Amino acid sequence: MAVRTGTLSVWAGAASAALVLALTLGTLGAVAWRADGFGALGPRDWGYVWFTVWQAAASAAISVALAIPVARALARRQFRGRSALITVLGAPFILPTIVAILGLLAVFGRTGIVSDILSWAGLEPVSIYGIHGILLAHVFFNLPFATRLILQGWLSIPAERFRLAASLGFSAIDVARVLERPMLRDVVPGVFLVIFLICTTSFAVALALGGGPQATTVELAIYQAFRFDFNLSKAALLGLVQVMICVVAGALVFKVRLPSTSGVGLDRVVRRWEADGLVLRLQDALCIGLAALFLLGPLSMIVIEGIGGVFRLPGSILEAAWNSIWVTAVSTILCMVFALSMALAVSRLSSGAGALVEGIGFLTIAASPLVMGTGLFVMIFPFADPTSLSLPITAVVNAAMALPFALRALVPAVRDLQAGYGKLSVSLGLSGFAWLRWVAVPRLRRALGFGAGLAAALSMGDLGVIALFSNPELETLPLALFRLMGAYRLDQAASAALLLVTLSLLAFWICDRGGRVNVDV
Amino acid sequence: MKHLTLAAGLMLGATSALAETPVLTVYAPDYFGSEWGPGPAIETAFEAECACDLQFVTGDLMPRIMLEGSRIKADAVIGLNTDVTKQARETGLFAPHGQDTRALTMPIEWTDEIFMPFNWGYSGFVYDNTKITNPPTSFDALVNSDEDWKIVIQDPRSSFSGLALLLWVKSVYGDDAQAAWEKLAPKILTVTAGWSEAYGMFTDGEADMVFSYTTSPAYHIMAEEDLTKSAAIFEEGHYMTAELIGKIASTDQPELTDQFMSFILTDAFQTIIPEGNWSYPAKLDFEKLPETFQTLPTPPKALLYSEEEAAALRDPALEEWLSALGR
Repeated sequence: MAVRTGTLSVWAGAASAALVLALTLGTLGAVAWRADGFGALGPRDWGYVWFTVWQAAASAAISVALAIPVARALARRQFRGRSALITVLGAPFILPTIVAILGLLAVFGRTGIVSDILSWAGLEPVSIYGIHGILLAHVFFNLPFATRLILQGWLSIPAERFRLAASLGFSAIDVARVLERPMLRDVVPGVFLVIFLICTTSFAVALALGGGPQATTVELAIYQAFRFDFNLSKAALLGLVQVMICVVAGALVFKVRLPSTSGVGLDRVVRRWEADGLVLRLQDALCIGLAALFLLGPLSMIVIEGIGGVFRLPGSILEAAWNSIWVTAVSTILCMVFALSMALAVSRLSSGAGALVEGIGFLTIAASPLVMGTGLFVMIFPFADPTSLSLPITAVVNAAMALPFALRALVPAVRDLQAGYGKLSVSLGLSGFAWLRWVAVPRLRRALGFGAGLAAALSMGDLGVIALFSNPELETLPLALFRLMGAYRLDQAASAALLLVTLSLLAFWICDRGGRVNVDV
Repeated sequence: MKHLTLAAGLMLGATSALAETPVLTVYAPDYFGSEWGPGPAIETAFEAECACDLQFVTGDLMPRIMLEGSRIKADAVIGLNTDVTKQARETGLFAPHGQDTRALTMPIEWTDEIFMPFNWGYSGFVYDNTKITNPPTSFDALVNSDEDWKIVIQDPRSSFSGLALLLWVKSVYGDDAQAAWEKLAPKILTVTAGWSEAYGMFTDGEADMVFSYTTSPAYHIMAEEDLTKSAAIFEEGHYMTAELIGKIASTDQPELTDQFMSFILTDAFQTIIPEGNWSYPAKLDFEKLPETFQTLPTPPKALLYSEEEAAALRDPALEEWLSALGR
């Protein structure tokens, strides 16, 4: 019986992985096929590749390094507004790039708050434009995300362990060595990889804050190859380079990672006796305070810019919001089906095959949306009108794009579940839907909710593959926002952006909350 | 069950009604699909006289045309940019527009028999006239100015307006273009991928000037009653861009497409352009323009490369730009 469940979930996981492969390597192949092969790269292109890799590595390293103390502080402190803060900190990650750029500039720009304060104090204002501007923006986007994922790791350490540690008289240093470091060694490499890959596909932010063409990434070169040169073979080659970056980075990270299972507990609220000292309390307060200040500054500016007009938005924007809501609902469900089946397959396959499936799950972040859109167009066009399929395609692509994030949340949780309850389930003969109902879903609730929340928030904000698939009758909120910007209506765009962020956060909150109901069983 | 049958019946009825109305499919840039773009008004105006269903399919034009090739589903393509028509022409998909373009209200003569302009505009630097009271009156004055102005421009590799600026500098400075870019470089605050980011940075006060169009202030005057935005007019002349329409040779609605082509040059279409697109109509008498457009300052000379020149100059000019700014 148990064997059958295992085989079934492995097949489902393999099917999901195959779909992801079709969307990434398949679309890339379709573009290359349409172009009769891959083009060649010039010396400038290699410069772009190098720049892309190193700015992404630096962005990811800084984001993760800063996220660890913030996550630790959030894990061991309870305070009023903590869960609201954690939810709101998810916002930067889902901001449309133009909105994020303007929000960051309102704080760190030439006429931003920081420069105002500096000049008031008689100091020279700082310039954000340059590599430090890119790093600042990428940390702004990804620090909260890294914090959330690492915090998830901390919360997966059962309360019983900390109780035991306290009764054995562990100091904070002992707890770090015995409980926290093994968890970090397991979680951090994956988080680093996800953020590294996100940053490799950045282009509008990198260019605008990098201060000019010295900050050119591979994605910009792909964009140029498509829109201006219509050089599909070069676009395909650049797309392949991005996938290779993903594969190499993935291989390195999987080598470093030390999977660990912290065991299972009864999901009680964690009390941290070892961290009661004043110094540690101050240190945590400082970490949380600084992170909140850094992230909430630009967010507040976005709220201030948009709040005035948000209740006067035209009906068409509300209609677009409605379209976005149901596209989001569909893609979230799809994404969770893919993610859960892949996570179960990863936990049941041998470590090599499991790593392969997990690795495939990362591919969609590294895949260029432009290449994916064009490849889909090439594949669909001979059989159907791509425009009439724009919404289903958007839903599937959004689900695939959010998959790596949902997997980050689910894979460790499923592995813990298998390690902790696998044998018991087998001995009880629990399998199939009964197993899902009584064992998997209750144990995975928190991870499922968090994963779905991430998927929902991302789908809401994603422009996806509209360049070739936009349907004027069915406008989504990000598309409407983009059009307002193009029509000089920047005030209304600011309000639409606020609506978008609010909806994204709401979607995240609903899913995440759903996962935490009755958590102290 | 009854409801289902009823619904199915209604849908069948709707489909057969639609089947009798001829459909004109026009590929258009994304802004056409927007409620704030010219698309909806054009659709209403044309459908009032054609007894047809005009459908705009929006998105990136050139990639779509090239991908669909001879199996293209459009009857016409509207919104092609003057600087990139060479590739479109070489597809061989387009038929002569068949319209008389001798009486266009554009600063240049139009002799192209394939592509026909429907709007046009001058590129230009837009500034806040409450902050800059001594705007540059020539490109040279801007490049050599001692003022610490900070300008945002768009990247010519990802934006049509960025490409227009690249060609403008090339047409003013020729072989000295790279030197001009090097002198301009300290004034360039940053380069953005698209027009929207740059314009947003300007209206948020981050930049003193933005590269846009000389007609941009018209939006602020007419829609926001804001008189603080002006375009600097340069003695050397301004690079202009026009947006074009082309008829697809393989259309299965040739008469209807021709009807649309001639509708483009009528007042019914042309009067939609100023406020739908914030640019000049290709054929509309000066006194029929909105008052604000009549009062906008205009440059002494229009500069425009032919598509062959633009295509030949683009790569070398881009190399100069990258060398000058990419440090």
